Amino acid sequence: MNTMRNPGWEWLMAQRWILPALLLIGFGLAFAIPEYNLLNKYVQLVMMYVGINIILTVSLNLVNGYMGEFSLAHAGFMAVGAYTAALLTQKVLPIADYPGLFPLAVLAGGLMAALLGLIVAIPSFKVRGDYLAIITLAFLMIVKSVIENIDYIGGPRGIPGIKKLTTLPWVFFWTVATIWVVRNFVYSKYGRGVLSIREDEIASDLMSVNTRRVKFLAFMVSSFFAGVAGALFAHLLQFISPRVFDIIKTTDVLIMVYLGGIASISGSILGAVLYTVLLEVLRPSNFAALVSWLPDVIFDPLNQYFIRHLGVWRMVIMPLALVLVMLYWPRGIMGLREFRWFVPKRDLDAHHRHVAHGGSHDAPHGH
Amino acid sequence: MTLLTATKVKHYFGGLCAVADFNLQLQSGELMGIIGPNGAGKTTIFNLITGVYRASEGSIRLRDVELVGKTPHQITALRVGRTFQNIRLFRDLSVLDNVRIAHYAQVHYSPLEALLHIGRYRREEQRIIDNSHRLLSIFKLEHLAGETAKNLPYGSQRRLEIARALAIDPELLLLDEPAAGMNPNEIDQLMEFIQWIRQEFKLTILLIEHQMKLVMGICERIMVLDFGQTLSEGPPTVIQNDPKVLEAYLGEGSIG
Ligand SMILES: Nc1ncnc2c1ncn2[C@@H]1O[C@H](COP(=O)(O)OP(=O)(O)OP(=O)(O)O)[C@@H](O)[C@H]1O
Ligand SMILES: [Mg+2]
Repeated sequence: MNTMRNPGWEWLMAQRWILPALLLIGFGLAFAIPEYNLLNKYVQLVMMYVGINIILTVSLNLVNGYMGEFSLAHAGFMAVGAYTAALLTQKVLPIADYPGLFPLAVLAGGLMAALLGLIVAIPSFKVRGDYLAIITLAFLMIVKSVIENIDYIGGPRGIPGIKKLTTLPWVFFWTVATIWVVRNFVYSKYGRGVLSIREDEIASDLMSVNTRRVKFLAFMVSSFFAGVAGALFAHLLQFISPRVFDIIKTTDVLIMVYLGGIASISGSILGAVLYTVLLEVLRPSNFAALVSWLPDVIFDPLNQYFIRHLGVWRMVIMPLALVLVMLYWPRGIMGLREFRWFVPKRDLDAHHRHVAHGGSHDAPHGH
Repeated sequence: MTLLTATKVKHYFGGLCAVADFNLQLQSGELMGIIGPNGAGKTTIFNLITGVYRASEGSIRLRDVELVGKTPHQITALRVGRTFQNIRLFRDLSVLDNVRIAHYAQVHYSPLEALLHIGRYRREEQRIIDNSHRLLSIFKLEHLAGETAKNLPYGSQRRLEIARALAIDPELLLLDEPAAGMNPNEIDQLMEFIQWIRQEFKLTILLIEHQMKLVMGICERIMVLDFGQTLSEGPPTVIQNDPKVLEAYLGEGSIG
């Protein structure tokens, strides 16, 4: 809340109309860009990945940031959403005739993931910290091996030839919906309950917070949107297999959460945008193009030993980045802070009501 | 009318008997003190009443409701509020949120209304914001509503903890060493203040305290614990002159 004290910034943050205006423009652009090819296909693709990653990051932040747990299950929920939605569009819904049914598939993916989220919430009643992390990791591995062992859904080979139903407007819509719903949740008694669990679970319980109910809700909302992201992802990549949703996928989302900052929606958006763009920059062809100005003496060995193997280096760099961020920058860019645009006006006013109520309460105290 | 009844409550930590045979009848509206040397089992009794620990044996009743076996939030929702010996605020949250969180059981809207900010959400949120501000202003903390709790000076943190406990809308308030770390002048103010909130909020208060001045000054009845046993019980004048108590506890010369 108490971000920078620069007066220009203060003024900007006080303009509550800007965010809705940006949303409107965003929606317009989301339709216009693919329609009139305002940006090339690659940039459009990256924009869609940014949106999907925002959904993943904001939703994981609910459990790992706001609640302070360390869940590794996110890719598992994503897989459940992806497979549910892909099966629906491939085998159940008459999508060829009615492409308008796509949101139903996405919704179903989210609901299925939420159902599993409910189950993962149960161990969180008893265990916390490292132990819960291990349980969520086990869940991720179970999801993967279950999928690998069901032939009907392609087993380890996965599902190829999924229709490309994910479009820029749909990604934009679901991204905004995620941000709005998670933000609403955070600024409610349940969201404050989630925060109090991170601070001190026993004190939270002793302040009447039904911690189990709150954990159920947090896990369900979080996994619902992970499922939504999975559904969108499947219909963008057009191919899913168990390997797509491994621990690396979870690690990506973890980095985005901790880089952007725990317990912050604006932080998660920033983290997702920065990291997604960084990942693109680190693709061999992009990275080579970026450093092509280097003299050959440097460029050639760099290319031979590093750039060409960026795919592998990634597996080293990214987990290392996660460890470094968590150790040396535990709060990330926006940790525990929020752009005021995202905070409901009622909440802002309530925190800045300086004037004392008239002398109606006359307590004999005052240090 | 009896508000709280504890009968034959025992509690063990492994082999250690922290509470041996605790019996209590607390009348509605009473202000009672529990004293005793370090490790006597005082805080454990609060933890048993509020459900942090489940009593190994015995029964604790609030009016007719058995508390043993209930979870802390269920017990708190029955209007039992408490503070902690070592301040346990939600340190990284705002002063306002500390108080708002304690309204959880009194806010009536469903998860769906919360997710979409529809229905009863607006009215209920405004109601608890107003009530939180009312409490904060009583504790002279209203101007700090937006401040992070951990940035408050010690005395203000203590007051915020009581404000948060009152946000529960308690009938029974448990105060665990409210005067810890205060100077004599602050203790005088606190004594006055406890009596004032007792009237204003129609509270029954059970407090643990080492500061004899406070205990002897405001409590109507005092219970003395030692090694989980109840040594003595009665009004301050009786306790002050009980030889058993003097030997076990007051002999240190701390009596005022
Ligand atoms: N969680 C626990 N696990 C094991 N032993 C405990 C636990 N909590 C308290 N004890 C032990 O139980 C006994 C009573 O502790 P309690 O905290 O109730 O004492 P107290 O009367 O509040 O003391 P103080 O005046 O120091 O606060 C002590 O011997 C203490 O070491
Ligand atoms: Mg104690």
